[in-house]
Amino acid sequence: MLKGRTLGMGELEAVENRASKLAPFATGAIAAQEAHGDVVLLTADLGKYTDTYPFRDRFPDRFYNVGMAEQALVMVAAGLARTGLSAYCTTYGAFATRRAHDFLAIACAHGGANVKMFAGNPGLTTGYGGTHQAIEDLALVRAVPDMTVIDPCDATEMQQIAEQAREMEGTVYCRLLRGNVPVVFDPATHRFELGKAKRIGSGTDIGFISTGFMTERCLDASAGLAELGIKASVLHCATIKPFDTEAVAAFAASVDKVVTAENHVTVGGLASLVLDALYANGVMKPLLKIGIPDRFIECGSIPYLQTRYGLTAARVREQVAQWLGAGAQAAE
Amino acid sequence: MPSPNETPSFSHLRDKALQLRRNMLIQAAGKGQGYLGQGFGLAEFFAALYFHELNFDPKYPQAPDRDRFYMSTGHYSIALWAVFAEIGLIPKDTLTTYGADESPLEMSTIEGHVPGVEMTGGSLGHGLGIAAGAALGLRIQHNPARVFVEISDGELQEGSTWEAATAASAFRLDNLVCFNDCNGIQADGALVVPMEPVADKWRAFGWDVQEVDGNALEELIGAMHWARACRGKPKVIVMRTRPGRGIARLEAREQAHFIRVEGNEWDTLGRELELENA
Repeated sequence: MLKGRTLGMGELEAVENRASKLAPFATGAIAAQEAHGDVVLLTADLGKYTDTYPFRDRFPDRFYNVGMAEQALVMVAAGLARTGLSAYCTTYGAFATRRAHDFLAIACAHGGANVKMFAGNPGLTTGYGGTHQAIEDLALVRAVPDMTVIDPCDATEMQQIAEQAREMEGTVYCRLLRGNVPVVFDPATHRFELGKAKRIGSGTDIGFISTGFMTERCLDASAGLAELGIKASVLHCATIKPFDTEAVAAFAASVDKVVTAENHVTVGGLASLVLDALYANGVMKPLLKIGIPDRFIECGSIPYLQTRYGLTAARVREQVAQWLGAGAQAAE
Repeated sequence: MPSPNETPSFSHLRDKALQLRRNMLIQAAGKGQGYLGQGFGLAEFFAALYFHELNFDPKYPQAPDRDRFYMSTGHYSIALWAVFAEIGLIPKDTLTTYGADESPLEMSTIEGHVPGVEMTGGSLGHGLGIAAGAALGLRIQHNPARVFVEISDGELQEGSTWEAATAASAFRLDNLVCFNDCNGIQADGALVVPMEPVADKWRAFGWDVQEVDGNALEELIGAMHWARACRGKPKVIVMRTRPGRGIARLEAREQAHFIRVEGNEWDTLGRELELENA
């Protein structure tokens, strides 16, 4: 049950039989700077905990730490961008979206500033409680006009996004997966495409629509559900904004029941986006929301929290099986 | 556009300051109201900045080697439009549309709406940090352009201002000059939270400081020349200004944050500035 994927300070730890990659964000950012030479990386006293040191060691004159000051972090990034540079910044999502929201919205997104915020500790990837868990960050930033919002699944996507981010127009908020990050998608064949959802599998009993590392959990849960004779497929939506409404509606239309899965409160995030997309396209399907409940979460070990709040593959499988069982009983 | 020269003609700059006030009055008369107090208080500053110190060619408002001017106080747009009309960035006859629906001359500055506006001001406490980032970005790219930023005394109440002041000092941004307009007023009236001693606060944050009468052109120019010569630290010029300066009856107003004037009063004000057709 407790196949802990995340331990200690929140590093995503490789699971059995799944490769992992260390600090994919840094690898991608270094590649971007090596190829184009216009990247500056800023952090706010979380350089060590957001995988920035490989970049700092490679490009010491392109790395700045503003100290414990997220407003300065985003303002300075906004200023750097105005001189033609690509300003990458890192902090935790909780601080980026709660403390520095006005600066992300007005100093960055309003003028389309080339600022790329990589925000660590998304959802329940830290045991430090409500102060550090960015559980509502996607809802906050996706409501900001002209903001691009991404929740990557794995090391492959994390690295590709870090490498491509400087080419994405305007201001980007991307959740940061740090430490040893599982490799779910084969880097040789997988290409992250901004704004494009990706279907995996062909099962039609259950259609998972997921974002972030919940896609990994849904893929693993699908294997478990197959043992119960339930055939599922997964639509991975790494881009939260602009949202691939068309693909989501088409996918939902092709399956019997829909399950949304997000490492985020079920308020204002993926579940809300999916419901908007389905209603707008006249696709009415039974729908189960898997995600963090609408409350602040306590301190605790990451395996404990992810299990308690239903984010592990085993708990995803269990919730779906329960939902289907209840449905079957109601039908009888 | 004027390139910095060491010996300005003060009579020329005084004429420019008067013309800026006239341009502001034209705007406020068109709208019936506006941030005249702040604009008039900074007429000498804007004359000194745009007609003496700033390396900025209005024909090329995006030139990479231009000096940057970030105006944090978006609601001072009335003063910026007055300048832009004077240097030919916008036609003078658009001044009467200030604050009107669909006019580019908005009551607050919005980046991208009018060329020459370097930032969206108005969410106060943004300017200093953006300017610090720009100063850092220019230095990284070995660009000799300088960065000027104007912030108000009310903005000293924003924590973000001091985060930015700390970063600028830590990064030794000596290509950055901040003009701190201390006019003593904010939205709720006279400064509701005392901020003195302003100069000592800046010094404590590692900045080089000069304090001037912001309505005295000679002092402003002197401080600008001082800022050119100082190396190693960011610089701040604390400007003591009088809201409404230039028209006695405006200067005397208690609530000068946002000025409304009755229709027949505009003519009286115009005559004080010897405005044609007033």
